[in-house]
Amino acid sequence: MSPHQFDIQLVAIIVAASCSIPGAFLVLRRMSMMTDAISHSILLGIILAFFIVKDLSSPILIIGAAASGVLAISLIEAVNRSRLVKKDASIGIVFPFLFSVAVILLSKYARNVHIDTHSVLLGEIAFAPFDRFILSGMDMGPKSAYVMGSILLLNLFFISFFYKELKVSTFDESFASSIGFRPRLIHYLLMAVVSFTCVGAFDAVGSILVIALIVIPPCCAYLLTDSLSRMIFLSVVFGISAAISGFWVANWLDVNIAGSMAFVCGVFFLVVFLLAPERGLFGIMREKRRQRMDFAEASLLVSLYNQEKGEAVKNHPDSRGMFRSADFASKVVGFLKGKGEIAVTGGGLFLTEKGRERARMTLEGR
Amino acid sequence: MLEFAVELFSDYTARTILLGAASLGVVSGVVGSYAVLRKQSLVGDVMSHAALPGIVLAFMIVGVKEQLPIFIGAALSAVLAVFVINLVTQNSRIKIDSAMGMALSVFFGLGLVLLTYVQRMPDANQAGLDKFLFGQAEALVEKDVLIIGLTGLFALLVVGLFWKEFKLLCFDPDFGGTMGFSMKSLDMLVTAVIVSAIVIGLQTVGVVLMSSMLIAPAVAARQWTGSMGSMVILAALIAAVSGVTGVALSAGFENIPTGPAVIVCVSVIAFFSVLFSPNGFFTLKFKDARSRREIKKDYVLKVLHDLALEHDDPGYAHSERLLALGSEKGFNVKKSLWALQTAGYVESVGEDNWRLTQSGIHEVKKLSPLEKGR
Repeated sequence: MSPHQFDIQLVAIIVAASCSIPGAFLVLRRMSMMTDAISHSILLGIILAFFIVKDLSSPILIIGAAASGVLAISLIEAVNRSRLVKKDASIGIVFPFLFSVAVILLSKYARNVHIDTHSVLLGEIAFAPFDRFILSGMDMGPKSAYVMGSILLLNLFFISFFYKELKVSTFDESFASSIGFRPRLIHYLLMAVVSFTCVGAFDAVGSILVIALIVIPPCCAYLLTDSLSRMIFLSVVFGISAAISGFWVANWLDVNIAGSMAFVCGVFFLVVFLLAPERGLFGIMREKRRQRMDFAEASLLVSLYNQEKGEAVKNHPDSRGMFRSADFASKVVGFLKGKGEIAVTGGGLFLTEKGRERARMTLEGR
Repeated sequence: MLEFAVELFSDYTARTILLGAASLGVVSGVVGSYAVLRKQSLVGDVMSHAALPGIVLAFMIVGVKEQLPIFIGAALSAVLAVFVINLVTQNSRIKIDSAMGMALSVFFGLGLVLLTYVQRMPDANQAGLDKFLFGQAEALVEKDVLIIGLTGLFALLVVGLFWKEFKLLCFDPDFGGTMGFSMKSLDMLVTAVIVSAIVIGLQTVGVVLMSSMLIAPAVAARQWTGSMGSMVILAALIAAVSGVTGVALSAGFENIPTGPAVIVCVSVIAFFSVLFSPNGFFTLKFKDARSRREIKKDYVLKVLHDLALEHDDPGYAHSERLLALGSEKGFNVKKSLWALQTAGYVESVGEDNWRLTQSGIHEVKKLSPLEKGR
């Protein structure tokens, strides 16, 4: 691993970690698509601030950009509050407009600057190591690691300081306001934090793929745990692993790094979605199958039990006819035989003592 | 400006391009109305971004920048994204917004990976593939416009044929289901129609901003009308006009990409409509202020009358200060008095003293019992 590659990964890890933290709350608050709005709108802020200060590395740029993210959110909420436009459509008309204005300004007046429409979409993490932070002649590492590092610290500070406020207002907004928290304030603080994070991540991964880093790791974590703190921790782990593996995939195929990180995030989610122990697709299917078999077994046992007591129809001597197919019936019979709950003699089915006990328990609702 | 317009319309290439932009507008206006009414605006956003890997893959397989394979590739990957969203939301506790965010970014990310992969390939044929990001209408040729037109015609035909059914789907799918229509197939059909609109917008507006071309015209049109038919027509008109204007702007000035130019036009119309349509934000505020003024006027008239009656003379004059004393805080009595004077209901006598005129007395009698009781 060359120092260059090390630097890229360092920046990628910090970006991924700082995206995952607020992302967990966005996913829980069902506001994932707000990321889309924020990450597009900040471009306008970056460009307007650039026109004012004429310096791409000025911190004013970051503040201007974050402000425009929060502004976009307020605009969306204002449009939505007027009740003239539905929530999804308000998101859909506000940010493409701001983004279009930004792209036009960018292509018309900022041609010779280092930001162009391509880096807006693709990000430039590959160039991150070239911009060094030099302190009194000493090379202290890539500058973006420091910028992103401060944003990561900000995020950490934010969630540790407002952890219970965030938690309560995320899960029960009206309860939060009734105990004196201010959910609206928390909401806007969170939006500000997301904006800052998007601005920082923007350089590295561009405006669309930042959504991947914010939304996907928390979604993976969400399928694995019910505890908020564990979810945040797992998100960070997923984010960082996706960033590192995404980098190596990109390196291997010689393709865009940000795109590859987003794609790896998607692969991670696919794996979790299929294999998560309780909530994975396979897990759910297995559980469904188990329940169906359980029900079929109990039905057969109860039916036999009732026949023994002479209370039920006598016309199917082995009760196999109650199942939708002969295959399924013999499967059920096989399982029950294996458990020793029924015995098969001369084509007829008979309950064993164990089976009779289970049938009785089922009937009593135990 | 006029000269520029004449030049634009007389030039063959320009006419082709404008025709393409206009047909794109008509189709996306019509189809977008369904996306907006069904509260699926953001699905359009996801689908247009998700078209990117399909475009690049189609190019990689076919090897040339042929339009039809690219359309098919784009449509397939957009539909796949919708399928993934449904799969994830139906089989896990992931909510629709997160599923959309994931589908959008993963598909787009894959698209960028493929795009950068293709761009490394030695033959330079792929140049211009990234024009699909922000669109470039200048690249449209007659054949492209023909395909755009045909695809659009198909979409419009479907909308026309299933007009009633789509209406049911938008406003009362449960009722539609009980009437025996398969809402699931209709839903798929609407998705197909939206995808075809997205596909034809790729060259002109680009994947990144295409969603807005669906949403904004419909939002704008919705502000002006409550009828489905006129909404669809108006949206088509708005989108066509913005499409043509945007393309013309982008062609007429240097360094303006087509997609953003079109989207700025259509968004300006949408915001204007939200603010100033008959039910718009400012219009309502204005109406509100006017009715408040009316109420205040009636109130002052009434107070003047009540006070005058104490003197057994309906025309007895009272000072403005006295009137102000009897009213709520922050109530500008003077403004109301001026308005009443203009209407001829009160007249001023001497310094700041006001009394009812004959028509004013008549007007008080006309006030509703509710007003009188205050």
